[in-house]
Amino acid sequence: MMKLSLGPILWFWSKQTVFDFYGKAAEWPVDTFYLGEAVCSRRRELKPDDWFGLARDLKACGKEVVLSTQTLIESEADLRRLRRICDQNEFMVEANDQSAMQVAIRNGIPFVTGPSMNIYNVATLKVLAKQGLKGWNLPVELGRETLDELIKGLQEEGLDLPAEVFAWGFLPLAWSSRCFTARHYNLPKDNCEFRCLEHPDGMELRSRESQELFRLNGISTLSGSRYDLMRELPDMERMGVSTVRLSPEHLGMEGVVQRFDLVRRGQVPEQDPLTLVEAPPCNGYWYGRPGMELVLR
Amino acid sequence: MELVCPAGSLPALKTAVDNGADAVYFGFRDSTNARQFAGLNFNDKRAAEGIGYAHTRGRRVFCAINTYPQPDGWERWKSAVDRAAGLGVDAIILADMGLLDYAANKYPHIPRHLSVQGSATSYEALSFYKDNFDIRRAVLPRVLSLDQVRGVAKHSPVELEVFAFGSLCIMAEGRCYLSSYLTDESPNTRGACSPAKAVRWEETAQGLESRLNDVLIDRYGEGESAGYPTLCKGRFEVEGNVYHAIEEPVSLNTMDLLPELKSLGISAVKIEGRQRSPAYIADVAGTWRQALDHLDVTPDDFTVESSWRNTLSSLSEGGLTTLGAYHRKWK
Repeated sequence: MMKLSLGPILWFWSKQTVFDFYGKAAEWPVDTFYLGEAVCSRRRELKPDDWFGLARDLKACGKEVVLSTQTLIESEADLRRLRRICDQNEFMVEANDQSAMQVAIRNGIPFVTGPSMNIYNVATLKVLAKQGLKGWNLPVELGRETLDELIKGLQEEGLDLPAEVFAWGFLPLAWSSRCFTARHYNLPKDNCEFRCLEHPDGMELRSRESQELFRLNGISTLSGSRYDLMRELPDMERMGVSTVRLSPEHLGMEGVVQRFDLVRRGQVPEQDPLTLVEAPPCNGYWYGRPGMELVLR
Repeated sequence: MELVCPAGSLPALKTAVDNGADAVYFGFRDSTNARQFAGLNFNDKRAAEGIGYAHTRGRRVFCAINTYPQPDGWERWKSAVDRAAGLGVDAIILADMGLLDYAANKYPHIPRHLSVQGSATSYEALSFYKDNFDIRRAVLPRVLSLDQVRGVAKHSPVELEVFAFGSLCIMAEGRCYLSSYLTDESPNTRGACSPAKAVRWEETAQGLESRLNDVLIDRYGEGESAGYPTLCKGRFEVEGNVYHAIEEPVSLNTMDLLPELKSLGISAVKIEGRQRSPAYIADVAGTWRQALDHLDVTPDDFTVESSWRNTLSSLSEGGLTTLGAYHRKWK
């Protein structure tokens, strides 16, 4: 049976909200938890020790825990936080850029790559496997056909590298040194007043025809529609996908997990029972189409 | 510091060389490079002619193969590396780790430059590329502030090239999938951002509208000058406000920073714009040549002449330039 994972929380939530979220999530049928701040260096509601504590608690509940690194590394302070995450031997690390891979390799700790790591071909996977790669996420802009070829290519090479697919949530699409939330409030990034806390699911960016295009979330830009590959799970299982990733949201997440859990067990829920943050669904990338599209089968 | 100029065509390559480029970079006529435009770039015959022209004049030529091959394109990308090697280029500019590995093993004698699309923003990331693929040089993404460039330069295991002038990517290059979200092409997959095939212009009662795959990117009122609908430079609505929510249409110009870049030991400054005309290349290359020569003569007393500033402004998007992320306040 495929595993279910909860990706790192991409939004900025208060410390209590984060603790409450994982307190509940520990009871859900999730196999793997990715923990840590993957977006903005200024988001420090949880200190490294808080994350390590959470990681140990979840591990004690029988969960697999992976520590996620910041996606865009810019400063010496960013590198210090990164080294802190990689200076342990209890947990695997999700490397979200080459800096993280370098530090993980140097420290000899096993790592997996997140969906922002550009893995587009088998040759890349072969290079990384030699360096200690234990699993990888399909980049969000790639679809079913490429994934199928990658998994087959790995099998031909005799490489056992489990594949994970971002299957539900707002897609992380871009990272900038500019903070778009601060820009919206006319605040300098260095003095942003942590306005992201007021937007636990980002800020909607719409066209002037009210089309939902993107979600602004600090320095990151996410899709305006919610990626949903629930109906593709049987296909993924046939292809040999190992893990299906769900991206945390602060409302209705338990229902999402339950629904995916049913589907992976072969019991398709009759309808969408969920009340979530309002957003249209999309699945275009999976079919090699523009990401925002919804392909109906 | 070396002046590295873009060549989208043979006339542009010759113009760049004639106007003072120390090196030029080009791509093949397909999606193996990050500036795939109809009618642009080189076949092997043209590339050989261009390389000959530059080498005769003592200049270098780099070949950009800086998109990310998927399994069905692997052979084509690999063959692009073989072609570049056969043509005798002075360096290959690469981003994909698999392709870097291929080039490093098959052509260890041809220097490898890490493309900006390789997204290396720290010296640890640069060390990763150095240790694994023995890169000689890396092009830094346009997201770092000058202070951050200083930090990277201090510990960098490889030569550094930074962007000097041209279009400003506001997102970390190589990790921006906005274009493939709205269209089916991105810089990584096809070497295209906001591709022309998806662009539509329409005169409407509300004004001139630019669309990308039907998505309204911008609408221009009377007297407003319209620009190419690069999706991150449109006007959008966030919480009831309509504005350039991501970035204004401006160009990057770092000429004011030249003395500092030199003192940091930066090896080369790069001009963006293989999609630009030979006339544009002539003006930009010529202006930067003068500035770099001036910097060599008077490193402690460098000032940007107003004629240079005016030339570069007139060639910029919306007539505006910015220091971009180099200037921390921009963020």
